[in-house]
Amino acid sequence: MSITGSTGATSMRPACYVVAGRKEETYDTVTLMLRPAAAPIETPRPGQFTMLYAFGVGEIPVSVSGIGQDLVQTIRAVGAVSRALCAAAPGDMIGVRGPFGTDWGVDGAAGRDVLVVAGGIGLAPLRPVLLAALARRGGRVVLLAGARSPADLVFTRELETWRSRGADVRVTVDHADVGWDGRVGLVTGLIKDAIADPGRTTAFVCGPEIMMRLSAQALADYGVPAWDIRVSLERNMRCGVALCGHCQLGPLLVCRDGPCVSYAEAAPLLAIKEL
Amino acid sequence: MPTASPAPRLIGAGGLRALFEALVADGYHVIGPAVQDGAIMLRELASAAELPFGWGVRLEPGGYRLRRRDDDAAFGHAAGPQSWKRFLHPPREKLWSATRTANGFEVTEDAGEPPRYAFLGVRPCDLRAIEIQDQVLGQPGSRYAHRRAAAFVIAVNCTEPGETCFCTSMGTGPGAGESGYDLALTELADDRAHRFVIDVGSERGAAVLGRIPSEPAPAAIMRRARSAVEGAADRMGRQMDAGGLRELMAGSHGAARWDDVAARCLTCGNCTMACPTCFCTAVEDTTDLTGEHAERWERWDSCFDLDFSYLHGGSVRSSAKGRYRQWLTHKLGTWHDQFGTSGCVGCGRCIVWCPVGIDLTEEVKALRAEEES
Repeated sequence: MSITGSTGATSMRPACYVVAGRKEETYDTVTLMLRPAAAPIETPRPGQFTMLYAFGVGEIPVSVSGIGQDLVQTIRAVGAVSRALCAAAPGDMIGVRGPFGTDWGVDGAAGRDVLVVAGGIGLAPLRPVLLAALARRGGRVVLLAGARSPADLVFTRELETWRSRGADVRVTVDHADVGWDGRVGLVTGLIKDAIADPGRTTAFVCGPEIMMRLSAQALADYGVPAWDIRVSLERNMRCGVALCGHCQLGPLLVCRDGPCVSYAEAAPLLAIKEL
Repeated sequence: MPTASPAPRLIGAGGLRALFEALVADGYHVIGPAVQDGAIMLRELASAAELPFGWGVRLEPGGYRLRRRDDDAAFGHAAGPQSWKRFLHPPREKLWSATRTANGFEVTEDAGEPPRYAFLGVRPCDLRAIEIQDQVLGQPGSRYAHRRAAAFVIAVNCTEPGETCFCTSMGTGPGAGESGYDLALTELADDRAHRFVIDVGSERGAAVLGRIPSEPAPAAIMRRARSAVEGAADRMGRQMDAGGLRELMAGSHGAARWDDVAARCLTCGNCTMACPTCFCTAVEDTTDLTGEHAERWERWDSCFDLDFSYLHGGSVRSSAKGRYRQWLTHKLGTWHDQFGTSGCVGCGRCIVWCPVGIDLTEEVKALRAEEES
């Protein structure tokens, strides 16, 4: 009996990866650089996710935050599995399945203004979007990054690099602390000024659901067409291959039909409570 | 291929035994109905004599009782608490195991031969249910696909619908049609004789049939067999207006009826376990006490479980209303979007096995009335 191999679409078997590097982003968030110990998974596209497995503990969906020689994934420690993954040290092995789901459609924004709106660790799956947009040097590249507090901001060391490469980076926090002299307030408050020409803008939004809903609605209100607003949906993804049923959102199986969808598609679904 | 199919054959009750033995000789594990625990259950049979000859059932919302029939029919009973998904899509299954090594760990997928099942007595509603699960779970190379490809299917045309049946409404019965099976039986049990008309649905089926004694089915018997199946269509205990169901579900999220049904629903998940198409699973990662060995298991899960929609910090569908609505709107509505068909075959199991007797045909009627009002 031949069961499709580790990278096959129906397989529940993880590929073995070794932690090649580990960077602490915040007090609870870690970025892992992963290298295949044997056969690698397919190269992810920006916006896709993988299922990361901590030996004997379990498996969780994690969005890909960097695509290159290493598979880069940023994990926030909120449960048993994510804590185990965050604690992984260089040399440790973890399991990887994927990549799964739809991508952001970064190429579709070529030549247009790219507006990235991120809430907290929502910046992780958007990092490849920024890197692709900056490498392309088409229209304007704007990043609006919000977090609950200054301590929750991720990729802070890279924000300057992105600025120096031409990105317009604006940061805000919900609650300031001593030493914070930046903006205070919701990221939605920055949207109006960040749009130069709504018809030329493609927006990429990721963060907590309420933040995405309000941000996407604000973008739409300021004239960005709903089809040009991309959001990354989150539901309980378990299998990654549309077999287990957990990630349903109305007609969507988010692991297959998402996570990246346009606001035109997402808006009616996000409007229904407990859908 | 109806035109290429051999003409129907006729066997007696003894022929059923011969058929059973031919399947066993071919290495099949024959799964079929048998009386067990006060119900007609599906299990591996040791002989054709274990079939529930002379047993029928009495069904109602939240009620299931065996009853003695006036005849000796083996398949004179409507759907029981189980369905064939238990064999093609097992309730618990080990996906792989892993062992710690010097460098990390090694994952081994269990790659045994799939079991070869012969399903004896698949009613048309369940035949269509298997096809629906094929759409969902049958990706080439999957365990499900291997088990499914190996399975020999003997359908039984329905001549005995139950009080909670509505396959005619869903277009899935009472006849098995011309495809989806290897052989299809129509049982005729009366004073004169106990006989089975057999239609052939595949070459594999023809080969098995060719090895047991049978005779051409006479025209008069054929007429009786066909009219028994046609007559069943008029004796459905339930009806559901299936027209525009997808749109009704899509447009009813705000209906007051959901509060009404949520007040009755215990969110026990029985309907999802009994349903022949419900396919959701959870994954369990475990280790042994040494911490050196880990396993991954898949098990049936239910959208009525509070954890089903868990997302860091809480469940998306925390209310009974949200969960019942998810089940019904998925089954009758968004299933079309995801898999191109309805998820309901009209077998009535969810009505019978609901401990409080929630009847989805009633719920749909009420939702429709609310929409039209």
